[in-house]
Amino acid sequence: MTTTTATRAALLVLADGRFPAGGHAHSGGAEAAIAAGRVSDPASLEAFCRGRLGTAGLVAAALAAAAAAGANPLLLDEAADARTPSPALRMTARKLGRQMMRAARACWPSPALDALAAARPRGAHQPVVLGLAAAAAGLGPLDAAHAAAYEAVSGPATAAVRLLSLDPFDATAVLARLAPELDRVAELAVAAAESALDDLDALPAASAPLLEIAAEAHAAWPVRLFAS
Amino acid sequence: MTAVAPAPAASCGVRAAARIVAAPDGRGGTALPVLHGEGPLVPRRTRAARADTAQVTVVGAMSAPLGGDHLRLDARVLPGARLAVGSAAATVSLPGRDGARARYDVRLAVDEGAELRWLPEPLIAAAGSDLAMTTRVELAEGARLVLREELVLGRAGERPGRLVSRLTVRRGGRALLDQEVALGPGVPGWSGPAVLDRYRAMGQLLIADPWFEEHAPGVVALASDPAEGEAVLTPLAGPAVLVTALGRDALTVRRLLNAGQRAAAPPAG
Amino acid sequence: MHLDHPETYPQRYAAAPSRQRRAPTPSSAPTTRPDGTRRALRIGLGGPVGSGKTATVAAICRQLREELSIAVVTNDIYTREDAEFLLRNAVLPAERISAVETGACPHTAIRDDISANLEAVEDLEESVGPLDLVLVESGGDNLTATFSKGLVDAQIFVIDVAGGDKIPRKGGPGVSTADLLVVNKTDLAPLVGADLEVMARDARAQRGELPVTFTALTEPDGIAPVVAWVRERLACWTAAA
Repeated sequence: MTTTTATRAALLVLADGRFPAGGHAHSGGAEAAIAAGRVSDPASLEAFCRGRLGTAGLVAAALAAAAAAGANPLLLDEAADARTPSPALRMTARKLGRQMMRAARACWPSPALDALAAARPRGAHQPVVLGLAAAAAGLGPLDAAHAAAYEAVSGPATAAVRLLSLDPFDATAVLARLAPELDRVAELAVAAAESALDDLDALPAASAPLLEIAAEAHAAWPVRLFAS
Repeated sequence: MTAVAPAPAASCGVRAAARIVAAPDGRGGTALPVLHGEGPLVPRRTRAARADTAQVTVVGAMSAPLGGDHLRLDARVLPGARLAVGSAAATVSLPGRDGARARYDVRLAVDEGAELRWLPEPLIAAAGSDLAMTTRVELAEGARLVLREELVLGRAGERPGRLVSRLTVRRGGRALLDQEVALGPGVPGWSGPAVLDRYRAMGQLLIADPWFEEHAPGVVALASDPAEGEAVLTPLAGPAVLVTALGRDALTVRRLLNAGQRAAAPPAG
Repeated sequence: MHLDHPETYPQRYAAAPSRQRRAPTPSSAPTTRPDGTRRALRIGLGGPVGSGKTATVAAICRQLREELSIAVVTNDIYTREDAEFLLRNAVLPAERISAVETGACPHTAIRDDISANLEAVEDLEESVGPLDLVLVESGGDNLTATFSKGLVDAQIFVIDVAGGDKIPRKGGPGVSTADLLVVNKTDLAPLVGADLEVMARDARAQRGELPVTFTALTEPDGIAPVVAWVRERLACWTAAA
């Protein structure tokens, strides 16, 4: 499970914030946290991102790594459901999974992506699709984990720039400071994904109660800027 | 699995296991053919609210778990039986002498047509403590479960201890719910705005019942004051609902969980 | 331009000289549904806030809903605002209107990352049956907002006289490259001191042969020229099948 340098550039394509897979319309819970007054500056944004990285980010990274390593994507999809008590977040994950599927099939056509698209026409959980996309692009489980973990923090940071008019240098500096922790989460995720090839329960299930509670409240807002 | 550094291996702690098996008694009630405990875990049959249900209260005979302890509690409800389990008092996780992590593993199985109400008192992580708790539940497709877990960070006015609790529920062999909360010192971001923020108590109440197959409930935001606590009731992907509650203290969390239970409970069968 | 390159421009290249502007180029999106039948014609409507995009969509729907199977996708800045206007005014049944959430950036959702819009269009086709026409409305945005060729087959840019008669002269990708430029609220021209002649001349300078139409939706059948253009596009779309 190592990154081959020959395909490293594909990781840049996959993890690019401009990769057209719908992420731009989602704040990863940041909009709700900002409205509640819990995120208001770079420090609180960093604390939010750190918490999300160690919970939802770790789970997404492990799902993506396991999918890239060849675990059964339908069982991973079921494992993702069990790890997502909030129906709003399950819906978001499937919606983004469907959008990721469209972009991934256009970029790296593969039978594995086709098979999952046929089995889950309304969308599989996004990290599972991301993992298959990584494999189709010639990337390994660690790359997939990095892409998923990075997405877990880059989405909220971008949203905070739009919602709080936060200085974009401050927001990006938050991401830079989190980079070592992100590397560690990706490594943990890959270790878990390796064990999960034998026993899916080895996948992490780290949860963030406030993200779950706030996601449901946010989904019921009549007016909001981000879809989640 | 969490982003928490592994603790030193348990060294000199207590090892204790308790076991409960509930079975129909043939007269419309529930018998307890196995009711075994040792050390700090003593299950006792107590007076039940319903004639068809066996009530068990786990009495903590000594302060537990301490760092380094390894406790295990197994309960099985055989087809058609009804078991309710509670505890006499809150469980307090305390630091051991050598800083080792304590383990507490609960294994529950509920067979076809059986019911388990697992409603222990809160688990309190005292300052300096470190506890890894796992609860694994195997449900038959026709089984019913009400399970409550309440976690409190620190006794009154005390710094929080560390607590990692994983709840894994399978129904008919398939994953229904898998949630791990990791809270306290050393857990990245646990007191931040994504996880617990300023709250110091959290609770989960899971109700799994085949009745939900036909009566899928919607999301219920449980009326709450963010200064005190907040909670939501969510339908899971399978026939079950989960109430997730956060509060400044255990009392608030219990109040929110009770409100969630009232909002969701299927008719008593 | 480098000497080695032939002097051609990509579709809709906004900075191309106006003499090179020509009739609409078809969308790059597949023209058939998964079952092989020809999919609905997709027309995008963009333009600044308050220029009358939603009113134009509503008027087109009212004119054509009896003879065509129509659906609308809105891209709001705030969730569902335009979709709800269309619902309140009973322009189409609710199941024919879908709102895409854009994360405060409608232009991203209609141009840079069209995945959510494509899904909305496909879901509408799936849920209400074969459609003839899908109108994709962008939330009010700036003059640079254009639709991706991967999303729509043709696009209408709606500006209004109250926004100032300088808008056509300022140009921008919306004004200069849209397949149809609609200058709306001409009834207000005398009140705001807008010179329609100047607007028409500037638009011609920006757009070459691409059509411009002046509308006043407050007048009876004020939408007629836009509807006529839509019918023409539909005829071409069907003929190409």
